[in-house]
Amino acid sequence: MSRTFVGMPASPPPAHPAFPKAARDAVRNPTLRENLRHATHTIRAKRAKAVAELSDWAGLREAGRRIKDHTLHHLDRYLEQLEESVTAAGGTVHWAADAEEANRIVAALVKETGESEVVKVKSMATQEIGLNEALEAEGIRAYETDLAELIVQLGKDRPSHILVPAIHRNRGEIRDIFRAEMGAWGRPAPEGLSDTPAELAEAARLHLREKFLRAKVGISGANFMVAETGTLVVVESEGNGRMCLTLPETLISVVGIEKVVPTWRDLEVFLQTLPRSSTAERMNPYTSMWTGTTDGDGPRTFHLVLLDNGRTDTLADRVGRQALRCIRCSACLNVCPVYERAGGHAYGSVYPGPIGAILSPQLRGTASEIDASLPYASTLCGACYEVCPVAIDIPEVLVHLRERVVQGGPAVRRGDKVVLKPAKGHAAERAAMRAARWAFTHPGALRAGQRLASRTRRLHPRALPGPGRAWSGTRDLPAVPAEPFRDWWQRTQGESGEQGAGK
Amino acid sequence: MRVALFLTCVNDTLYPDTGRATVKLLTRLGVDVDFPSGQSCCGQAHYNTGYRHEAEPLARHFSDVFGGYDAIVTPSGSCGAMVRELYPRMGERARAEGRGDALARTLAPVVPKTYELTEFLVDVLGVTDVGARYPHKVTYHPTCHGLRSLGLGDRPRRLLRAVRDLELVELPGAEECCGFGGTFALKNAEVSAAMGADKVRSAESTGAQVLCAADNSCLMHIGGTMSRSGSTMRPVHIAEILASTEEEPAV
Repeated sequence: MSRTFVGMPASPPPAHPAFPKAARDAVRNPTLRENLRHATHTIRAKRAKAVAELSDWAGLREAGRRIKDHTLHHLDRYLEQLEESVTAAGGTVHWAADAEEANRIVAALVKETGESEVVKVKSMATQEIGLNEALEAEGIRAYETDLAELIVQLGKDRPSHILVPAIHRNRGEIRDIFRAEMGAWGRPAPEGLSDTPAELAEAARLHLREKFLRAKVGISGANFMVAETGTLVVVESEGNGRMCLTLPETLISVVGIEKVVPTWRDLEVFLQTLPRSSTAERMNPYTSMWTGTTDGDGPRTFHLVLLDNGRTDTLADRVGRQALRCIRCSACLNVCPVYERAGGHAYGSVYPGPIGAILSPQLRGTASEIDASLPYASTLCGACYEVCPVAIDIPEVLVHLRERVVQGGPAVRRGDKVVLKPAKGHAAERAAMRAARWAFTHPGALRAGQRLASRTRRLHPRALPGPGRAWSGTRDLPAVPAEPFRDWWQRTQGESGEQGAGK
Repeated sequence: MRVALFLTCVNDTLYPDTGRATVKLLTRLGVDVDFPSGQSCCGQAHYNTGYRHEAEPLARHFSDVFGGYDAIVTPSGSCGAMVRELYPRMGERARAEGRGDALARTLAPVVPKTYELTEFLVDVLGVTDVGARYPHKVTYHPTCHGLRSLGLGDRPRRLLRAVRDLELVELPGAEECCGFGGTFALKNAEVSAAMGADKVRSAESTGAQVLCAADNSCLMHIGGTMSRSGSTMRPVHIAEILASTEEEPAV
């Protein structure tokens, strides 16, 4: 089925300003700039060191790329195998085509237990679908238990980094949030709480311990799902995730379908590349694995909600599908010079930074202002590709998505083949590109233009009008020379110059 | 060997000194260099902004103009990367769109023959000491496409280290992008300017008089930021440093 697509994306478009506007606050905030610079440069240097320790890093990276590509190529097969394995191990598998369906399934499962509160393991997938808000609307309270997610939740804030969601907050702000908000959610912050890391961590520990021991339902995501055994894997640093995974009676995991790997052995690769790429650790402190349910040990009921939410559409795109290899390590964020200045909130998605700039416009479509601007939120410097542990060529996908924005073209939306229309607001640029292409394929015209520029050079303004102000607002223009090179060449080297094509 | 200078549209129009320096340098090293006047633009700005289909005629034109030469030398890392890395990709994409092999076949001959200037000097001519003298304190900024797409590595620095009376000082955070990024500089002007200001600040911290790079597009952004902020540093293309000699010093 093929039809012209007028712009309805898989999920409703986020009402968020375009990237350049959204980045403004962060760029103009010197404190935030310095916090981000310090944090990203520190982790960047540590990652480089952790990676350099392995002599076979290039091989691991290539293996990771191939395992993911192979799995994505046979995703239908491995997902069915996973469903069989999980079911055989005592779990129940649910399939969710989009955020709404996933939220509906989870809310119904929680209601079946008769509970009205749940504890959560840090999970990108549940943030992507807005699960907490959906549960709230059903009268169910979700408690985030990852320290940084707790800070974000208590501060009624949004995460700005995949791995360090509260990277934009400093210790003083965290203390203020704990003091002001913990009481409304459970155990209040201790009297006289200071901003030392040990005291802040202890306050969080006391606050959360109460919830772990009381909760009957836990909700998680997963870093990996093993098709052959039905095993789910969560990789974390704090141990809070393990509490949520083991103490409640019911465990519900919401996982993107691209997180499946074929065999247990495949984990060998990712359990080396993920911690080194994300936290610069050789091995992360807690790796929890569970396979269905076990009598007398851990949750008695286990549900796995497999989430599509734009992933199958992304998979249909020959160039863009490599984004589905992502293992959410966030190395690309830490090395990105644009993320460092713009901060995570500017990306208008739970997936910020370079990976977000290629993931969001594919999962959500390019119809909204923010999603159409994200592919341009990069200088194409290539630092992200260099550090990516599964070799996602992010610049290649960015350029591919720019093409989708300005030229439209074939895509898949909710399983249907569609032809996208070009995004609005690019008419002048398109005309300029066409004119430039015409001039560049007619060297006579190019030459006439260069000569005109040289002859009128004394008349050129120092500042440009209209869109040119974007340049001359902060940078001087280069002076146009008295003659272009080609005129000098013709004047001095003469004869061979004029016919051109050296054939 | 028939060597063509692919100067690039930006250098031809705005930086003829870089072109003259490249010709002078190559001639001094015994290379008979030609400037095919049919040349215009490789299509990088079109391609990277999302106008791949507008870039295709420019790539075909490039192939027409340069196809007959044995080597194509360019003093621009990003335009060199356009030909070497992205022309093959354009051919692949055309094939994937069911348009056959015509574009890939047209572009294939120019791809392996295209060299960025420092690559040509070190790998093809086999020289690192080009007989230059440049009595200034210089810091070197490796531009992103030269560094990551072409893999120029330490070639530019090796060439600079062999220049007489040149004091080369390391640039802190050298491998971080300057913030130019082609149309990024206009579309995301504030982030671009912030990155440029940070780059200028770290360049100034070296105490060098000159910031050298092998790509004038990046230098246009860095230099424009320098002169707006009243910096005393100057941006200079590596070709102009390597062309400078005792007898004919660069100014």
